[in-house]
Amino acid sequence: MKEEWFTVAAQRQLTDNVYEIKLTGDTSAVTRPGQFVNLRLDKLFLRRPLSVCDLEGDVLTLIYKVVGRGTEALSRMTPGQTIPVLTGLGNGYDTARSGTEPLLIGGGVGVPPLYLLAKSLRAEGKNVTAVLGFNTVREVFYEKEFRAIGCKVAVTTADGSYGIKGFVTDALPERYTHVYTCGPEPMLRAVYREIHTGGSFSFEKRMGCGFGACMGCSCKTVTGYKRICKEGPVLQKEEIRWED
Amino acid sequence: MGRLSVDLCGIGLDNPVIPASGTFGYGWEFAELYDINILGTFSFKGTTREPRFGNPTPRIADCPAGMLNAVGLQNPGVDRVINIELPKLAKVFHKPVMANVSGFSVAEYAETCAKLDACPQVGWLEVNISCPNVHGGGISFGTDPASAASVVREVKAVTTKPVIIKLTPNVTDIAAIAKACEQAGADGISLINTLLGMRIDLRTQKPVLANTTGGLSGPAVFPVALRMVWQVAHAVKIPVVGMGGVGSAEDVLEMMMAGAAAVEVGAANLIDPWACQKIIRDLPDAMDRYGIRELKDLRGE
Repeated sequence: MKEEWFTVAAQRQLTDNVYEIKLTGDTSAVTRPGQFVNLRLDKLFLRRPLSVCDLEGDVLTLIYKVVGRGTEALSRMTPGQTIPVLTGLGNGYDTARSGTEPLLIGGGVGVPPLYLLAKSLRAEGKNVTAVLGFNTVREVFYEKEFRAIGCKVAVTTADGSYGIKGFVTDALPERYTHVYTCGPEPMLRAVYREIHTGGSFSFEKRMGCGFGACMGCSCKTVTGYKRICKEGPVLQKEEIRWED
Repeated sequence: MGRLSVDLCGIGLDNPVIPASGTFGYGWEFAELYDINILGTFSFKGTTREPRFGNPTPRIADCPAGMLNAVGLQNPGVDRVINIELPKLAKVFHKPVMANVSGFSVAEYAETCAKLDACPQVGWLEVNISCPNVHGGGISFGTDPASAASVVREVKAVTTKPVIIKLTPNVTDIAAIAKACEQAGADGISLINTLLGMRIDLRTQKPVLANTTGGLSGPAVFPVALRMVWQVAHAVKIPVVGMGGVGSAEDVLEMMMAGAAAVEVGAANLIDPWACQKIIRDLPDAMDRYGIRELKDLRGE
């Protein structure tokens, strides 16, 4: 973990309320796809955690949905402005688990961390399939980006306005060797029920510190209590214990 | 003895800066970031007799100039703290540590304190009496002078190390509770614990915290904390450890001017993991700016 000042390099709107921001700075603490960073925004007390979508040299790409004061403030930031960022948080995805044909399943703003993962897996020569689920056509983003790095991509929309009508579980291929997923909890539960291989599931929880000190984001697992920010956000399928 | 050194219940501290319980774990996460031996000491995660998962999540909510938490005393239980956490801590921290203890009955407080009192690494017992008193009909031990005094007496009867009682600010007369603790034999008072608060999510129209209410900490509570530290420091003769929204060297000086012998730093650690390191580094310059030669000169009338 490191704290560094990052500079906003670019920001663009991907959908009605989803933004992509590019930040430049010391990215050396980011060691794995699926990790997250924690941004300290002006006039807000707690930092805001966001998963890393892409990393190229000193450029960090984050994608976020505007859901509250933190993400609203972030969406108003313009190139040249600076933000203190804690980087290299969380365990991230382990590409060694992938096998030859990994399946990536993302829902909504759960899609971004899978992009850097897809790039890493492609660089390792894996045949990557990505199933990206959204509610409706206006919410779809990053389909082109996944195709451009050589992934086989299926997009689902719940209302059928684009791609396959239905949920991500309606578009699963027959053959895959490991599942990597991130998205809302109902989607994760459905994926957990449907898949026939091991899986790496990335969870979201409201955090205090983001580095394991406050016990704000604890969860129960088969192997004991874990902190989503420290032992997570990625948990293996066999250790997940769903709470009702 | 440096110009930052202070005394807390007969044990010397290199400086008055103490990370507060619940914001510093058992030290390990921070020892990976900096040498935690620069601290005066730290107060470890509130420990109970049995392991606890704590409250359901969400347990955290952001607030203007602060945060709410309703973690609910998640901890591995005193036996695992003694057998796993303290040996691990011994590798990276070589000073007496402050053992923070919580409980749900007088007997539980006494048992947990006795076990930790027997650990050579423990310098002080900080007894948190702001939990529901399951034996007394749902009130906090810390909101009633007689209940507070009963915890102090039972703990003192089975321990040898300094016992510091951590008080809740959610009371009408904090000085009366502090005095009751002093008369029952407490060696020190620490305050404030968090202020009870609440937030509602505008979109769902439901409380943000699964527990509905939580404790407010951070800069928002600093003036309240300072006032209560001042009141208690003028009501008792035993040392007072001040905390509540402290985030800078200036805040530490202000707390000590209010009568604190040492100062705990809580929420600041969560947004800046290096907060205590920076406060200690900044103290000498801040003292120079206000003509303070030695910190121990600050305390007193």
